[in-house]
Amino acid sequence: MAEMTMIQAITEAMRTELKNDENVLLFGEDVGHYGGVFRATQGLQEEFGEERVFDTPLAESGIGGLAIGLGLTGFRPIMEIQFFGFLFEVMDGVAGQMSRTHYRSGGHYSSPVTIRAPFGGGVKTPELHSDSLEGLIAQTPGISVVIPSTPYDAKGLLISAIRSNDPVVFLEHMKLYRSFKGEVPDEEYTIPLGKADIKREGKDVTLIAYGAMVHEALKAADRLEKEDISAEVIDLRTVSPLDLETILESVKKTNRVVVIQEAQRQAGVGATIVAEISERAILHLEAPIARIAAPDTVYAFASDEDAWLPNAEDIYEKAKETIEF
Amino acid sequence: MAEKTIEAVEDKFETFQVLNEDGKVVNEDALPDLSDDELKELMKRMVYTRVADQRAVSLGRQGRLGFYAPVAGQEASMLGSHFALDKEDWIAPGYRDIPQLIWHGYPLAKAYLFSRGHYKGGQMEGINVLMPQIIIGAQIVQAAGIALGLKKKKKENVVITYTGDGGSSQGDFYEGMNFAGAFNAPAIFIVQNNQFAISVPAEKQTAAGTIAQKAVAAGIDGIQVDGMDVLAVYAATNKARENAVSGNGPTLIETLCYRYGPHSLSGDDPTRYRTEDQDDPWEKKDPLVRFRKFLEEKGLWSEEQENEVVEQAKADVKAAIKEADETPRQKVSELIEIMGNDLGANLEEQLEYYRAKESNE
Repeated sequence: MAEMTMIQAITEAMRTELKNDENVLLFGEDVGHYGGVFRATQGLQEEFGEERVFDTPLAESGIGGLAIGLGLTGFRPIMEIQFFGFLFEVMDGVAGQMSRTHYRSGGHYSSPVTIRAPFGGGVKTPELHSDSLEGLIAQTPGISVVIPSTPYDAKGLLISAIRSNDPVVFLEHMKLYRSFKGEVPDEEYTIPLGKADIKREGKDVTLIAYGAMVHEALKAADRLEKEDISAEVIDLRTVSPLDLETILESVKKTNRVVVIQEAQRQAGVGATIVAEISERAILHLEAPIARIAAPDTVYAFASDEDAWLPNAEDIYEKAKETIEF
Repeated sequence: MAEKTIEAVEDKFETFQVLNEDGKVVNEDALPDLSDDELKELMKRMVYTRVADQRAVSLGRQGRLGFYAPVAGQEASMLGSHFALDKEDWIAPGYRDIPQLIWHGYPLAKAYLFSRGHYKGGQMEGINVLMPQIIIGAQIVQAAGIALGLKKKKKENVVITYTGDGGSSQGDFYEGMNFAGAFNAPAIFIVQNNQFAISVPAEKQTAAGTIAQKAVAAGIDGIQVDGMDVLAVYAATNKARENAVSGNGPTLIETLCYRYGPHSLSGDDPTRYRTEDQDDPWEKKDPLVRFRKFLEEKGLWSEEQENEVVEQAKADVKAAIKEADETPRQKVSELIEIMGNDLGANLEEQLEYYRAKESNE
């Protein structure tokens, strides 16, 4: 067992699968010799060679097409989109093509592609680097969206994503890359896709979050505890498809719920969770479902993002309102 | 200065031709080395395709097909290029490129099911072909990936991908050629310049004098071919294939051809954007007429042989449409089942719902 950052756990997961399966390929912009703009692929080209870990020309749509074609010829591609805001350049490849390979071929072909991409606010990037676009993909049939919040989860989920025979978008929150370390087993292990994790047990209110917001929810839960309010924190880990079983079980126990996302409010993952709870468990609720999200503006990149991003204070306030309803 | 540079590039892209409009060999050196049987087979495929297309248009007008894009006028371009392929080669087609798939082993009945949006039309068992692509150009970047995969697996095969003059304006067209060039991967990019992207004429797509010269920017070979001359298309593709499998990189081939019919059967009326005066010169170049003259001169083709192919095509279409008609309609539960190898909790729940609903019907 080693202590490592989330980015080290991500590198470790890719190293594990590059070792396990000779058909695993890793490619994207700057991922080769340079080791990626965040160093997520550091040392992997050296270890596995240029045939397996390589740089591509700078064109996201081309990278998406490359992954589909390599998948059709027997490979298991891990493609990196350098920042998830660049998704728009390969939106057809992701939503119009690889998500539909299995359906369009009546189950004959698959796209066993893992799309890795950094995303998320708080590290003062230029525009279109930090956007939370998971909701766009969550609305796309045929592809899963995974977002880890800890080093342990990152390794186990990424190994599962790479082994999946269906396409998976694996989003890595930039603020979590190196902000803390966690215990990560040296041996390989998997965490099933589509399963949420209860990061903290509680009985008075359920806080549902993913990515960096899990840590804000945990901070809020600490503060609530000082006032004798016991908050349960659910980390979705996979935002599409959703683990409704874990969500509903918790809601039926606490009868109060706050749904939290970093993305803009309209549509999106949080809205779906609110709708599902309303449909399936409304009679268990003691208060209206609360929702925390960013405003429906373009992401406030760079200097003023802290004012824009939801935080622990917002979650604490909302949880209190829900409790006091 | 700049103008001179462009002229110098364009001058290198003369149209390559083997047979002229009268079926006479104009380029003896380039005459491909095909046996009499192979020459007859090429003619057979073009005649068969012309007849099957006429039948499909008629079925479409009767409302018995879904989406169908007519192919008459493009037989030499489609089938001459396909004739250079090996059975194990890959095809990444656009939606009009059904004939190449048929001659690669795709059953006609499946083509009709594809037209109707039935998932069984996409099950490409035993043949290395992609499902006909609807998004213009999306198949081109995928072809680059297939080419790299073939290279990495050390296969002596190529991928051939098709688009049109309109498709050559897409970013994916350039990205696909550029990737295949950068990876030196075995791909052949065919642009069937049939003069119109629905209604927009080819000259409005680009300032480039030819589409073939776009290969220069990607650093790969490019050639413009008379796409109504089946021997020229075959010879150019055959050379491109040899280059690709021997590690000499991809080729872009522009085939100059014409779509006699509408863009599709979904309401397109070509008289709104072109005149008979424009159609006539192309009909004089017809690929079947030209090749028939060439074969008759050699004593390789007769009216009797032609009629045999016509009757065969009609019988095959009849049997295939019957097979398509007899295929059970799709159930929503089946569509859920083909969404992926592993269905998520949401789809599992919906599957249960639709199965129960369907069992009560």
